[in-house]
Amino acid sequence: MSDTAVEVDGLRKAFGTVLALDGLSFRVPAGSVLGLLGPNGSGKTTTVSILSTALRPDAGQATIGGLDVVADAARVRRVIGFAGQFAAVDPNLTGRENLTLIGRLSRLGRAQARVRAGELLGSFGLTAAADRLVRTYSGGMRRRLDLAAALLHRPPVLFLDEPTTGLDPESRFALWDSVRDLSLSGTTVLLTTQYLEEADTLADQVVIIAAGKVAGTGTPAQLKARHGTVLFDLGFAGPSVAETACSVLAAGGYQPDRDGAGVRVRSAAGSAALTGVLRALEGRAPDPVSVAVREPTLDDVFRSLTEGEG
Amino acid sequence: MTAAMLTAFSDTAAVAGRNLRTLLRTPQALVFATIQPMIFVLLFRYAFGGAIRVPGVNYVDYLMPGVFAQAVAFGAIGTAVGLSTDLRSGILVRFRTLPMARIAVLAGRTLADLIRNLLVVAVMVGVGFAVGFRAANGAAGLAAALALVVAFAYAASWACTALGLRVSDPEAAQAAAVPVVFLLVFTASSFVPATAMPGWLQAFGTHQPVNALVAAERALILGGPAARDVLISLAWSGGILLVFGLLAARSYARMGR
Repeated sequence: MSDTAVEVDGLRKAFGTVLALDGLSFRVPAGSVLGLLGPNGSGKTTTVSILSTALRPDAGQATIGGLDVVADAARVRRVIGFAGQFAAVDPNLTGRENLTLIGRLSRLGRAQARVRAGELLGSFGLTAAADRLVRTYSGGMRRRLDLAAALLHRPPVLFLDEPTTGLDPESRFALWDSVRDLSLSGTTVLLTTQYLEEADTLADQVVIIAAGKVAGTGTPAQLKARHGTVLFDLGFAGPSVAETACSVLAAGGYQPDRDGAGVRVRSAAGSAALTGVLRALEGRAPDPVSVAVREPTLDDVFRSLTEGEG
Repeated sequence: MTAAMLTAFSDTAAVAGRNLRTLLRTPQALVFATIQPMIFVLLFRYAFGGAIRVPGVNYVDYLMPGVFAQAVAFGAIGTAVGLSTDLRSGILVRFRTLPMARIAVLAGRTLADLIRNLLVVAVMVGVGFAVGFRAANGAAGLAAALALVVAFAYAASWACTALGLRVSDPEAAQAAAVPVVFLLVFTASSFVPATAMPGWLQAFGTHQPVNALVAAERALILGGPAARDVLISLAWSGGILLVFGLLAARSYARMGR
């Protein structure tokens, strides 16, 4: 078994005149979690569709554990699990029936499929709803069932396409826990997301894609440190106090912007710079009545990356 | 039997089981498949039937072969709708990423529809007997006629499979299938003899698969020389199965290219 679970080399894919992937390359070390981050239309779904053998690339190569996704598609399907952007479960079957069906089609025997379905329903908190039709499930329950459906044959490599898009916070956290557990048990996970926070929480490595190409890569911390800007929003008792704070900060080498009683300070040095900002104010201006920290977003990193290219 | 064939059979059975369950749980689909032909029976037997004279035969005996054909032809629309529903929901994408037999997705769907059609035909035979239908040529003739109906139904569900894989959503599938089915059913001698239609319509109506099926059924049920009509109907069903089976298989294989 090689150390690289997924290797993507120069993938190209066009839909008509729209170029979805334009020479995409990256690798996912075995046992790690890779977050594929990018805005809508950047090629995330196309990438996971190709890796999970649902779509053929026009050019380039991709291998899963050394197996080519086109030439060895049948063998690749035995080692991967795939959960798409929309919960692909049958609303007119029960949760248990859905999993048993996918289990049989994943080459588990009938009996084994049933056992495994029961296990997964349990570990995803769906035992109570197991024998209800999926059309009565909430969005979060469907997503959990969909993820369970990708795990029946215990695939060593798992692809998740925007697993938490459209979920409420509680369901999102529950799904994050599941992904973490899978990763701890040795599963290689490639997930796409639009949320930096999600990549931050789950991914060992992040690949940012834009227009079908890699725009940046690194650990979440590296990317934010390199490209992100933290915003501190300080609220003051009134506009005049805010004005005073503004001049103090400007004198201290910051570039503050005042808006009414609020002052916004930018920092490329990460959240830790907040201490410096507060220390600069201490004794020279009244204390702020509120402090908010806005972490760098995908937008910031993304803008920074694309500006850097131009 | 090879392992690959065993896999194909097992997966086809699994997919067919899923589709039959889905069918049972969307009662409107079953209602559409059985109530509608029943309404046709009642309409033509009691509302219009008195005004329709077909020489040499009880109208109800003339009507029922047309109703059998109509029931399965309308039922085929459900195949197209069901497949395009799966296509849109992402279930077909998931199936493509599973280590399952490729053919099972389509073979399972059409097998489930075959079973549904057997059910629908059985119900319609019961309804027919209840309103006075009698198979003058005996049980064997009736059984042979019903076998032709089921063969046609199987071919039609492959045609609708090919259609369902090519349209973007269930509404489009329905919109595309309904006019074709109506045209075939109502220009054929399903409920009234096509000989009463104007020449241009008759030319179309008498040279198409539903008409061939109804003609063969009547020959088998009412008695008389049947061999030629049976062969023509089988040729239509075989041809449809071959052409649309290949088209459907090709569409499925090409998905994701």
